[in-house]
Amino acid sequence: MYKILSKEMLSPAICRMKVLAPRVASAAHPGQFLIVRADEHGERIPLTISDYDAAEGTVTIVTQKIGASTKEICALDEGGYFEDVVGPLGLPSDFVEKSDEELKSSRYIFIAGGVGTAPVYPQVKYLKSKGVPVDVIIGAKTADLIIYKEEMASVCDNLFICTDDGSEGFKGMVTGLLEKIVLEEGRKYTQAVAIGPMIMMKFATLTARKLGLPMIVSLNTLMVDGTGMCGACRVTVAGKTRFACVEGPEFNGYDVDFDEAMRRQGMYRKEEIEEDHKCRIR
Amino acid sequence: MANKIPRVPVREQDPKVRATNFEEVCYGYDESEAVLEASRCLHCKNPRCVSACPVSVKIPEFIAAVAARDFEKASSVIAEDSSLPAVCGRVCPQETQCEGSCILGVKGEPVAIGKLERFVADWTRENGVRKIIRAEPNGHKVAVVGSGPAGLACAYDLAKWGYDVTVFEALHKPGGVLEYGIPEFRLPKEKVVAAEIDDVRAMGVRIETNVVVGRTLTVDDLFDKEGFSAVFIGSGAGLPRFMNIPGENLNGVFSANEFLTRNNLMEAYRDDYLTPVMHASNVVVVGGGNVAMDAARTALRLGGKVTVVYRRTENELPARREEVHHAKEEGVEFRMLSNPVEIIGDDKGWVRKIRCIRMELGEPDESGRRSPVPVPDSEFEIEADSVIMALGTSPNPLISRTTSGLETNRRGCLVADGDGVTTRPGVFAGGDAVTGAATVILAMGAGRKAAAAIDRYLRSK
Repeated sequence: MYKILSKEMLSPAICRMKVLAPRVASAAHPGQFLIVRADEHGERIPLTISDYDAAEGTVTIVTQKIGASTKEICALDEGGYFEDVVGPLGLPSDFVEKSDEELKSSRYIFIAGGVGTAPVYPQVKYLKSKGVPVDVIIGAKTADLIIYKEEMASVCDNLFICTDDGSEGFKGMVTGLLEKIVLEEGRKYTQAVAIGPMIMMKFATLTARKLGLPMIVSLNTLMVDGTGMCGACRVTVAGKTRFACVEGPEFNGYDVDFDEAMRRQGMYRKEEIEEDHKCRIR
Repeated sequence: MANKIPRVPVREQDPKVRATNFEEVCYGYDESEAVLEASRCLHCKNPRCVSACPVSVKIPEFIAAVAARDFEKASSVIAEDSSLPAVCGRVCPQETQCEGSCILGVKGEPVAIGKLERFVADWTRENGVRKIIRAEPNGHKVAVVGSGPAGLACAYDLAKWGYDVTVFEALHKPGGVLEYGIPEFRLPKEKVVAAEIDDVRAMGVRIETNVVVGRTLTVDDLFDKEGFSAVFIGSGAGLPRFMNIPGENLNGVFSANEFLTRNNLMEAYRDDYLTPVMHASNVVVVGGGNVAMDAARTALRLGGKVTVVYRRTENELPARREEVHHAKEEGVEFRMLSNPVEIIGDDKGWVRKIRCIRMELGEPDESGRRSPVPVPDSEFEIEADSVIMALGTSPNPLISRTTSGLETNRRGCLVADGDGVTTRPGVFAGGDAVTGAATVILAMGAGRKAAAAIDRYLRSK
């Protein structure tokens, strides 16, 4: 059992929890994820690690209510427990392996979409601690769905915001904003990283390619065990089948077959809807 | 004349009924059936059954105790050598091991050693008479990675000899393949697997779930941070193989590992568990091993029409006869000498059919089996909305990649000698992680040998 030390709602559908999991906390690196199970009947749900504190023994996770299982997670309270927390899983971001020397010459732009903004935070924080210049774009449908604004502003050099309806920042998509800051404002980057909905990562990659900017994406595929056992997470990258859980979750965006990844992500949509509508009185 | 008694048949759930539920297929012997069957044993001077058992259970001795109705004694005889008798009595391939070497089998039917072992183990559990025999704690800490058959067998012996043993399991439940791989109808989870694991715990073994060695902790952490003096790696062979044919990433194509894990570990077949599983109407299972049979029979129970596609003939099926027989009884169809070449989907990316090619058996390959070769222009299609790939598994590289000094061979298996000694001092390994996918009992045998090697290693230090 893993105790929930704090919980807050970042928006009506998104909650942030700090969970006591000392072993995960001391082994975690930016880019990795973990798997939780709310109770003994629950699904194994992969969530990216939004922050970790080895000294405190805690990990922070951010969950958006989408289906039955994520609703169950968000219904847990401060002081309550997760049945299971396992991790860190997946490979750390590439830059964790890079020397300070290599990092010094790079300039990062992160493109964060929706709940994907949360896992961007530890990456930006890490790079900042290494003295790397980092800018961040946060995109959301409307102003009230933007999360991690203050946190991000405190660790990045420039924060750009866009909303579909223009209720905050640039009116439009992250792709439009990326083009604007690169082409119109003349900002220069050596690496882009996009984390968010699959469709956003697809189009952000297309834009980055157009701008000649290398792109890394973090794939939130279906998973069961998260250790390479089941292959539910398989994605086609550069024409080869790869397991996102052990070979990812981060890949070169140029090489990812996003259409296949989106289709596979929806494999259990029918079952999920049924599960969500099922009477839960036991 | 003991050997004139025919082998006592075992009662099973009606095939038509059991094809619609997940309850155990085989009911096992009752007391009088077990005693009668036990009376058939000839008590050979040189019992070949014992040497054919990978963990060397003293078979004639426990059978004599059953014949004498001393079930408690039978239980302690088995417990000297096996930590998981109720599991082994159910899933061991006795026909190629103990029963396969029984003298009675030369002219007639061998003694039903597996069913007798199962009877004794079930009786022991139901009557709560298992005794804990354990040496004084010796103060040495040993880590066991993986709580499958190899790890449990290794931990059990070490605990018996007084070691302080912690087992680290990556998943949320212990048992490894017993939990995620083998279905409920062949190996009940609560009644059998959990109960036998509790018996291992009762020996003083600690089991920590949700620890992925290679990620949460490394092997170096186990020595340096956690203070273990030796490490046994029994992490199994968990990586599924695919065929690399077109269409394999269509929606509705699963590895047998995924399909079975959803059903077994995650209990997706039950309404009160949240994990989804696809209830397909036409399922094609590719492969001919026990895992293929488990996947086929599970898909059948979820309401599908199931066809197993295998590239050789029935004679070459690697699955146990009993499993093939049960699958056929339940209504699984077999298309032998057929090999998939492509999976075809609809415009939404869901599986609609699978294209196969007819095969014929050619010359024997290095394994001695006649290798199948495609018959030109013989392609045909089978309608399917789901395809399950049961083509075998290979060891997970998570540990080998994060541990220096630990060699693997070109198949990704850890290099270890017959005693489980690896290329890194203090690190031992056994089971599927070393051999590639094999059986529960071979993994247990390897776990026991490694336990003995760990004992020798720590005594000599």
